[in-house]
Amino acid sequence: MNGNKHTIVALVEDRPGVLNRIVSKWRQRGFNIESLAVGHSEHDGLSRMTFVVDTANTDVTQVVKQLDKLIDVIHISDITDQDMVYRELALIKVSATPQNRSEIIQIVDIFRANIVDVDRDSLIVEATGTEDKIDAIIELLRGFGVLEMMRTGRVAMLRGPRLTAPVEEAVEANSTPEIAL
Amino acid sequence: MRMNGGHAVLESLVREGVEYVWGYPGGANLPLYDALPDYHPRLKHILVRHEQAAAHAADAYARVTGRVGVCFGTSGPGATNLTTGIANAWMDSVPLVAITGQVVTGLIGRDGFQEADITGITLPVTKHSRLVLRADDIPVAIKEAFHIARTGRPGPVLVDIPRDVLQQFIEFDYPKTVRLRGYRPPGAGDPALVQHAADLIAESQKPLILAGHGILLSRAWDELRELSERCHIPVISTLLGLGSFPGDHPLYLGMPGMHGMYWNNIAMTKADLLIAIGMRFDDRVTGRLRDFATQAKKIHIDIDPAELEKNVPTAAPIAGDVKTVLRQLLEIVQPARHEEWVTWIEEFRAEHPSIAIPETEKLLPQTVIKAICDTVGGDGYVVTGVGQHQMWAAQYYWNTKPGHFVTSGGLGTMGYEVPAAVGTQFGAPNSQVWAVCGDGGFQMTQYELATVAENQLPIKFAIINNSYLGMVRQWQELFYKNNLVAVKMFSPDFVKLAEAYGILGLRVTDKAQVDGAIDYANKHAGPVLIDFRVDESENVYPMVPPGAALFETIDQPPVPQPTRVPVQA
Repeated sequence: MNGNKHTIVALVEDRPGVLNRIVSKWRQRGFNIESLAVGHSEHDGLSRMTFVVDTANTDVTQVVKQLDKLIDVIHISDITDQDMVYRELALIKVSATPQNRSEIIQIVDIFRANIVDVDRDSLIVEATGTEDKIDAIIELLRGFGVLEMMRTGRVAMLRGPRLTAPVEEAVEANSTPEIAL
Repeated sequence: MRMNGGHAVLESLVREGVEYVWGYPGGANLPLYDALPDYHPRLKHILVRHEQAAAHAADAYARVTGRVGVCFGTSGPGATNLTTGIANAWMDSVPLVAITGQVVTGLIGRDGFQEADITGITLPVTKHSRLVLRADDIPVAIKEAFHIARTGRPGPVLVDIPRDVLQQFIEFDYPKTVRLRGYRPPGAGDPALVQHAADLIAESQKPLILAGHGILLSRAWDELRELSERCHIPVISTLLGLGSFPGDHPLYLGMPGMHGMYWNNIAMTKADLLIAIGMRFDDRVTGRLRDFATQAKKIHIDIDPAELEKNVPTAAPIAGDVKTVLRQLLEIVQPARHEEWVTWIEEFRAEHPSIAIPETEKLLPQTVIKAICDTVGGDGYVVTGVGQHQMWAAQYYWNTKPGHFVTSGGLGTMGYEVPAAVGTQFGAPNSQVWAVCGDGGFQMTQYELATVAENQLPIKFAIINNSYLGMVRQWQELFYKNNLVAVKMFSPDFVKLAEAYGILGLRVTDKAQVDGAIDYANKHAGPVLIDFRVDESENVYPMVPPGAALFETIDQPPVPQPTRVPVQA
């Protein structure tokens, strides 16, 4: 799926500095991350993140293992080979004139995208889909003049009832001071 | 129990069984110090002369006792000074809890006086860290810090507490357990992989065990010995694994790698199976990676899954606690003999006496270090800095026991030896502690002689004084066309320096004085510093040149040297 692109989903504690820890690990270990999307999960205090790693320049198993070592990372897995739904959202500001506006609307309809803002000289297209689809609509809109665009990066979820990055209950643990050597 | 945050920290430490803390006070951690007298003598604070020393002392104490080392620093420079020591503990997987004061919460992020973002600064060199913003969180934060530091792959944890939080009053309640959703260190290994490992061992004709620090951390030396003896497999120990296997055992081969034994580097190249236990295939061990032990299948047992297949492709990568996995393995491995292989290594070893000492009237550093290691014996401790003297100590302290060779391996921190000797002596108060120091590294932390004198620690400091940064010079000689730059070391009169601290200072300039001086120092009740003015020109061999493969190890110096006499290990 998607050539060298691997999709990794993580469940993390929603605490100050957690994103910093994760990004710091990427930087320190020289991992090359293509995209990152992060937001609240269905549980208070926990966030889910999806990121995409290009295996051409990064050892994806090292990424998963190194991040799994972080105390604030509760669950992390590479779901690339599993049956999943993945989407990205893009906002694209296109320059538009009364003459070509209808042509743009046609393209937007074909891609089942939406126009979420219209002005005299521009409009904003909201497109959702796989990266390929977004790339395709952007390519078509370029002819009209793309003034600005923003992409969220991939979010992904396994199909069916199985959970992508399930909440694991904390296990009570204790450790006692070690005895002398 | 109602108490303020400072008391809550100390109460938590006492609950964790902490006996010693090394630290330095300052504005932001004063509430902590204010509470110290209430916990004395259950909790003893040792004032160091620089925070780096606090972290190193706590680090060495942890290595020697197997307990968590604890250090204090104040905010800003106090905390940044701890950083080298924290990084040192990180690289060597040493359990350490560092507690820093922070500026008051209202000043955080506003460049307050002595503010440093220490959780941010130490992010890549801590196993975990936490800024505590409410005093109510202190007991849980400390409990979790100790649990994280000492379980799984041990490492340093930093707890940063603003001054006003240390002053808030709380109802103290120490948790009995921790609940960490994201932290589950592995225990037992995957039985299928353990079985695969047993099969590989059964098939092997030329097996070797590579024993690392994990053996010591997991206290698995009995299991290691059982495996080696039952399956007749020779044992090589990494720098940090020294002591994991008895030095006088016929199957023990010493250290491998850059300055390891020649026979080991060649044996690894010829082996058909490497059983790597609690080690991480550091570049100093493997030499050029693509030529490392190409004929050997690998079994790798480590508690950190991220170490498996990080550097070396592995037939049986087993994530788990070393002691537990070895016990699993011992339930199924069958006895074996590898006479041909073991004999070959023994004969090859006899032909290549890697750590032979040249016969000369000169005072050689090797002679001094070997004499110290011999006199210390198995029960004493040898603490080293980093450089030539460290490698010689690793080569000659052949009979060290678990935790008795204290050295900075991964980070290679010069100056580690002086504060580490302090931590070692506190951890082993009735044992002999020798700090083998370089003349360069010693000057990085010689201020700690004050702590030694103040506490009358009977540490014996041996400065292997060759007036050079020896290891750097060795590289400049060999790989930079002998262009010696910034390596000639001016030093103070170390004997007078010792005397200035009220420490007995001795100078040895002649080979004939070595044994007498060491003996004198051992009999002296207090601390002693000996300035050994050794031959300036000696270099450490064997050596794998940087970037070379193990089979390219240089066993003896390239230039003609006096006859080298084999050393009986």
